[in-house]
Amino acid sequence: MSAEAALQQGTEKKEKARVLKNLAGYMKGAWTFAILAWVTVAAEVVCEVLIPYFSQFIINIINPGAEAIAQGYKVADHTGELFGMAGAMLGMAILSCTAGILAGVFSAIASARFGRNLRQAMYYKIQDFSFKNIDHFSTSSLITRMTTDVTNVQNSLQMILRMVVRSPFMMIFALVMASTISWQLALVFVGAIPFLAFVLFGVAIKVHPTFVRVFNAYDDLNASVQENLQGIRVVKSYAREEHETAKFGKVSQFIYKTFVKAERLLALNNPAMQLATYASMLVIAYFGSRMIIESGNAADGFNTGSLASLLTYVMQILMSLMMLSMSFVMIIIARNSAERIVEVLQEEPDLVSPANAVTEVADGSIDFEHVGFRYNKNSEKEVLHDINIHIPSGAMVGVIGATGSSKSTFVSLIARLYDVDQGSVKVGGKDVREYDLEVLRDAVAVVLQKNVLFTGTIRSNLLWGNPNATQEHLEKAAKLACADEFIERMQDKYDSPVEQGGTNFSGGQRQRLCIARALLKQPKVLILDDSTSAVDTKTDASIRHAFQTEIPDVTKLIVAQRVLSIKDCDLIVVLDQGEIAEMGTHQELMAKNGIYRETYDSQQKGGDFDAKDESR
Amino acid sequence: MPRMRADSRAKKLSGKETLSLMKRLLGRMFKSYGWQIALAIVCILLSSGASVAGNLFMGTILIDGFILPTIHGEPTSFLGIPMDLSTAIFVMIGVYSIGIITAYAYQVLVSIVGQGTQKKIRDELFSHMETLPLSYFDSRTHGDMMSVYTNDIDTLRELISRVMPAILQSLVTMVMAFVMMATLSWALLLVVIAFFFVILTFVLRTSKRSSRYFIGQQRGLGAVNGYIEEMTAGQKVIKVFNHEAATKEGFDVLNDNLCAQTTNAAKSSNIMGPVVNNLSNLQFVVLALVGALLIVGIDAGRIDPNVVNMNPGVIVSFLMLGRQFVMPINQIAMNINMVIMAMAGAQRIFEMMDAPSEKDEGYVLLVNALEDENGNPVESETRTGKWAWKHPHQDGTTTYTWLKGKINLYDVDFSYVPGKRILHNVTLYAEPGQKIAFVGPTGAGKTTITNLLNRFYDIDDGKIRFDDININKIKKSDLRRALGMVLQETNLFTDTVRENIRYGNPEATDEQVVEAAKLANADGFIRMLPNGYDTVLTGAGAGLSQGQRQLLSIARAACANPPALILDEATSSIDSRTEKLVAEGMDAIMKGRTVFVIAHRLSTIQDSDVIMVLEQGEIIERGNHESLLKQKGKYYTLYTGGQVTEE
Repeated sequence: MSAEAALQQGTEKKEKARVLKNLAGYMKGAWTFAILAWVTVAAEVVCEVLIPYFSQFIINIINPGAEAIAQGYKVADHTGELFGMAGAMLGMAILSCTAGILAGVFSAIASARFGRNLRQAMYYKIQDFSFKNIDHFSTSSLITRMTTDVTNVQNSLQMILRMVVRSPFMMIFALVMASTISWQLALVFVGAIPFLAFVLFGVAIKVHPTFVRVFNAYDDLNASVQENLQGIRVVKSYAREEHETAKFGKVSQFIYKTFVKAERLLALNNPAMQLATYASMLVIAYFGSRMIIESGNAADGFNTGSLASLLTYVMQILMSLMMLSMSFVMIIIARNSAERIVEVLQEEPDLVSPANAVTEVADGSIDFEHVGFRYNKNSEKEVLHDINIHIPSGAMVGVIGATGSSKSTFVSLIARLYDVDQGSVKVGGKDVREYDLEVLRDAVAVVLQKNVLFTGTIRSNLLWGNPNATQEHLEKAAKLACADEFIERMQDKYDSPVEQGGTNFSGGQRQRLCIARALLKQPKVLILDDSTSAVDTKTDASIRHAFQTEIPDVTKLIVAQRVLSIKDCDLIVVLDQGEIAEMGTHQELMAKNGIYRETYDSQQKGGDFDAKDESR
Repeated sequence: MPRMRADSRAKKLSGKETLSLMKRLLGRMFKSYGWQIALAIVCILLSSGASVAGNLFMGTILIDGFILPTIHGEPTSFLGIPMDLSTAIFVMIGVYSIGIITAYAYQVLVSIVGQGTQKKIRDELFSHMETLPLSYFDSRTHGDMMSVYTNDIDTLRELISRVMPAILQSLVTMVMAFVMMATLSWALLLVVIAFFFVILTFVLRTSKRSSRYFIGQQRGLGAVNGYIEEMTAGQKVIKVFNHEAATKEGFDVLNDNLCAQTTNAAKSSNIMGPVVNNLSNLQFVVLALVGALLIVGIDAGRIDPNVVNMNPGVIVSFLMLGRQFVMPINQIAMNINMVIMAMAGAQRIFEMMDAPSEKDEGYVLLVNALEDENGNPVESETRTGKWAWKHPHQDGTTTYTWLKGKINLYDVDFSYVPGKRILHNVTLYAEPGQKIAFVGPTGAGKTTITNLLNRFYDIDDGKIRFDDININKIKKSDLRRALGMVLQETNLFTDTVRENIRYGNPEATDEQVVEAAKLANADGFIRMLPNGYDTVLTGAGAGLSQGQRQLLSIARAACANPPALILDEATSSIDSRTEKLVAEGMDAIMKGRTVFVIAHRLSTIQDSDVIMVLEQGEIIERGNHESLLKQKGKYYTLYTGGQVTEE
């Protein structure tokens, strides 16, 4: 092995240790139960191993040695002893049962609590994430990590909690007991255990990469089904059903072949287990029989009872080895999940409130001073470059530009959803990085491009803006956002149910509800990021009109694709490739004959017939 | 949609349904894997038999046949056959070898049957799904359909390759142990039977309770995962509203509930093992005592040995056989729960498989054609670039008509749900090469009309003709090939750019692909991609901008080269400046084709030959841009920025 490879392996090992150590931290409130589980499992094992030990005495009493019979042995003379032993064994069984039940209960509690702690920790952590952190993982990946991965780890913990103590302990204890019965015969394990361990762990290690391939192929398969479902109109309109089926069949065939190959390997486990067991039993039976014959089945020598106990120990020892290898496989499978969880837990939120944060936003004025920004530190080109602008409090500003001109990024910086790389963004005369984040975001309301409503009612969604809002407040905000007309027409009005994602509302309705929700915050700055794209021209105009007359003191930033939506703004900012290309009022910009004029001309030939509806 | 999944998982099937599903599944398995299953069963029988035989040998035979006779100086025998110990051991080596070989053989066989059945079902399901009508897809969530592939089929495999053999093995072991015990002593058998019922009752009760807890746990998990999905999807909104603390509270309530449910479920399934195990220990003690007391009774002459006989070897055998008889109960109970769960999945699988395929009674085909001296089409074997409809008639003659792209609708009525009329009395004539536009508010039925043209849905009343042929007579795949589509949703596939463009015309040469891309204005950016036309797109073209994706979907339509084209909001999610580029591509491919355009920006449709204004499923105005403006109707109000009712 090269030094480099060794070094890498070393760091990998450290990495693994770090993952485990990190997860152990979430056993809070579960440790006691985990330890209790281990103690009770140990007790259960002791009883389980002792029971065959007692049973051999019972067998001996029933089935005594030849000499004893020759000397006139009668079972009847030994009933007292028999009852005594039976009582002892019964006691053991009761103890074992109790310990087993307790172990089950304790390990259930410990692993459930661990799962809860882990889920909670992840969920809480994500609440501290900045937009950048969220983008880093992507929403769907965060969801998988919090759902599937946590469940995987929790299930394997349950298994490990019981097996990790149980299997080695049982193996050792049963070995000791077997040796006390006959150390000569126990020598058979010297051969059987390494053989079985070699096969079981060898198979586990060898089969792992094949399973990884299978799981990856499964991902491909699922992706292709998903793609097919989403594009079913395209598939059908180009009559490519057979092509799709053939494509699917290929992946499916690969999975079949790989899986059968993996299972052929796994199928070695059982026969190997049987081979070890049967071979040990036969060896013990052969030599054990001769020993019994030699001793004449004497009560104090090696007798039929000893033989029966020894055979039971064979089963116990080899079974626990099998269990150990199963836990090993579980750990291998859960390891990937554990690593993915730890990645989330160790991600540092890159936006935090400063110490001695400012807790008051003076007014809604906004300043950009030589602002430069890039999403990725390594990318060459800045997404925003040298932006300078002053927006007075209460102004209504329009932002327009082609896709990719960084309109959304521009407005995101105001609410400090991202931190600038260069220059500074000021709200109310102070750098946004000086404010307490909560204070800043309460003062700067953003209606995001990707609107989301949550399961509940219209009321519960609007209350996000201000939990203490009265009915009057709600109605006023709804009216401003032109949402009142459709809310009033609904049967349950403000208590009408909202389905997940707000899918039971049209795109335009959703956007208006989101605007109302933001208005309820009574912000000093209101940012609408392409938030009226699905609202028809007329309503769009009335919303803007309402803003101008009803909330004149609030600084309003409107990002739009339609010139009509921003034409009447006090100031219009035209962005092009991350820079301010033009700035001014509608009249000024029209006179310039630049991008704005071009866009206007191409759009003004006729309005929109119907608004673009995102729900479709 | 894990929430929905959890709920449907929790749904319980009746016993009858479970049985009939089981029968159907077994039927399928036997049909494709008859001899493998038969052989697997034989192997399982042999392997379980070897295990029971071994236990018997280690008990009675070894002690009564060899050890005790040797001590007493009597001849040794194996089941009455005179034999010495070494020979007996060799016999057992033979028996065990059979056991080991058959154990391996059945596992491999079962894996082939399990994986093979899974593969067959999966392939069949997918190819059947491809034949389902669009209404099937529109009426279900993708998540629900996905979960059939991701969860249900896998559970089925688990059932076939693990659960079924385990149940069979347990049953075989139980039956064999029972038969042996019955030949040895009826008195001790009674004890074992009594224990059997005690254990059975306990196991049934516990598994019933634990399955209830298990459902609770699934629901709890579904609720937590659903909450996580919804909230994480809206995480950015949570941030801008400072709503972190509130969602934490909501999360904690669900998470604590899940913790409680999980604890209960795990508790009740964890206690099963130790209790059953120790009940079998108790049985051991009782058997030993009863056996011993019987011997004492016989020795003392209180019991007639002709009625109940007993000897030490029998007791020892019973101690082992009794354990073998009762221990599998636990196994079987757990596995039966699995069977029930798998059957719920099987039901969803068969439900999809049983869904009726899209009907296609069309017999008019689209064929390659050459022009004869009179300008009439003649069918050709090779690709000619010209197409004709091949129309076989009842009198045995066949006529050929050129594919031109003339589309007429006569008084078409349509509803997705009976009674809820979407389109009413729609009549329109589109001559080859004309551009027809549909405008109107959301829900007016614009997209619906295009869904009818390619028969994604069938009309309730009226007639649609393509080149004067009733579209019901045209084979669906041929009709659809004659009608290209460019939708707002671009739907690119995981493959190279080249293959994506070729999608609508698999026979297109590389040159034709490039030509199509050039026509659609896509060639330029494709050449800038890392591997040009061989760049592999993933995640529906995730690395491309919306405009670029749209250009590719236009190139795809251009490559298919259909005489008629549907453009449904194809440019609406592109900003005006990018749209210019796309619009040029569009204009290029619209030339010489019959085109149906749906767009909300009036600027894109002004030059249409006919503009149809739709409202509530009816055409209320029609004409070209100028004539509609003159009408001063709905179109006029819209164009001049008047009132629009969106809802």
